[in-house]
Amino acid sequence: MNKTSNKFAQYWKEFWKYKDLLKLLVVKNIKLKYRRSFLGYLWSVLNPLFIMIVMAIVFSTMFQREIENFALYLFCGQLLFNFMNNSTHQAIASITGSGALLKKTYVPKYIFTLARITSGLVDLCFSFGALVIVMIATQARVSWHALLFPLVIVQLYVFCVGLGLFLAQANVFFKDIQYIYNAVTTAWMYLTPIFYDLDFLSKAPTLVWCIKHFNPMYYYIGQFRDLVWANRLPGPMIVIAGCCAALIMLVIGVWTFMRSKDKFILYI
Amino acid sequence: MGEKRLMVDVDNVTIRFNLASQKIDNLKEYVIKLVKGQLMFQEFLAVKDVSLKVHAGEAWGLIGTNGSGKSTLLKAISGILKPYKGSITVNGSVAPLIELGAGFDPEMTARENIFLNGCVLGHTQQFMKEHFDEIVDFAEIHNFIDSPLKNFSSGMRARLGFSIATMVKPDVLIVDEILAVGDIKFRQKCMERMDQMLANGTTLLYVSHSINEVKRLCDHAIWIDKGNMVMQGEVNQVCDAYTEAMKK
Repeated sequence: MNKTSNKFAQYWKEFWKYKDLLKLLVVKNIKLKYRRSFLGYLWSVLNPLFIMIVMAIVFSTMFQREIENFALYLFCGQLLFNFMNNSTHQAIASITGSGALLKKTYVPKYIFTLARITSGLVDLCFSFGALVIVMIATQARVSWHALLFPLVIVQLYVFCVGLGLFLAQANVFFKDIQYIYNAVTTAWMYLTPIFYDLDFLSKAPTLVWCIKHFNPMYYYIGQFRDLVWANRLPGPMIVIAGCCAALIMLVIGVWTFMRSKDKFILYI
Repeated sequence: MGEKRLMVDVDNVTIRFNLASQKIDNLKEYVIKLVKGQLMFQEFLAVKDVSLKVHAGEAWGLIGTNGSGKSTLLKAISGILKPYKGSITVNGSVAPLIELGAGFDPEMTARENIFLNGCVLGHTQQFMKEHFDEIVDFAEIHNFIDSPLKNFSSGMRARLGFSIATMVKPDVLIVDEILAVGDIKFRQKCMERMDQMLANGTTLLYVSHSINEVKRLCDHAIWIDKGNMVMQGEVNQVCDAYTEAMKK
């Protein structure tokens, strides 16, 4: 027992030593994204806003009557799913892309994956600016529940870190993981109630059952919508499911990453 | 207790590489090979059973022909590679100069890269702020500090990389043939700085094909050939034996 806690302390010490590197990498990712663009960081707000406007126009004719304040409903799902999608896609190449550096200096490798997910998180925070604009524009009712949203984001962040670590290490050995993952996230998007409500699928009860039990994004988007869109506390089951999914994913990610990290250098 | 502190202890180390005939890096091929039973791991031992004990304040030169495993050994000491067998213990901080400016981002400015590279080497941002001027002075890049690194010449990059890596006073400095770029003036400056660090008690591990440089800087040497240690000991003896063998 003492040995494990010792090892943990060692990892923590190493992480602490490199915390500034993590910070600089995140700043670098964000800076480079908008360097030399006229509107700069404003794009982080404008981009989701434009996409949302297009989607709202397209889908509102289909679902408007069934869902109250459809624009906000859509935007909640869209924001969280995009964060998961973008940050994990960035994370996949985090190890292979830093190959030149990893061959020449010793750096804890997970820092690169963590930096990618964290940059995505910063982007998400910018997008909340767009969310506020949508809420004002649609004159949405807001209650104190909305202030609890960071609790959902923490779960989602932990989930993405786990998933990112798993994908990044797998991609070192099998370069086609990123193409497979492309297909997976497309399917995943349609199987997540972003622009529809699960009630619409009442003709396919097995599908609904599967989404409710095996789609972690449903837990996070569901909780977030309860707080921001429906102004109520999410049910205990969905919160527990969300936390468990995040922790399980984190354990899988960390375990596979730790197991294979010393072999990376032979393959990159 | 006249014995000096042991800084680097390389104990019967073997380092293995995967030299598979075709690199299998996608799932389809992996499955096909697995089914056919052709999944092989063609191993190649880059370093075989080498032991080396380096004490504080010593300067070791690593000599040998190309591909003999010198760099691999240095990488293992820096912690980049894990030894397949044996163990490596390093007491104290290591500054590896395997390649100058590894981790520079060409899109970022020199200023941003100084901080980024410093943090890659494990320093804090605060620490880099304190030593910023010192680094810029040594690299002599005052006029270019805010231009992106992609506009720098390779010599300028090397200067910047060297000054970041040697700005700290590491316990162990690992230098791998990095001074090949850069003009004579800069080489001299680097040599002076390494001399100065040696005088201050830094331990040096130095790879070079220039026997004269090794003789000038180092007091011990190890000769590695095809992964095997041939000889180690006092620098002149080892270097002379090596030069003798090369003539044949």
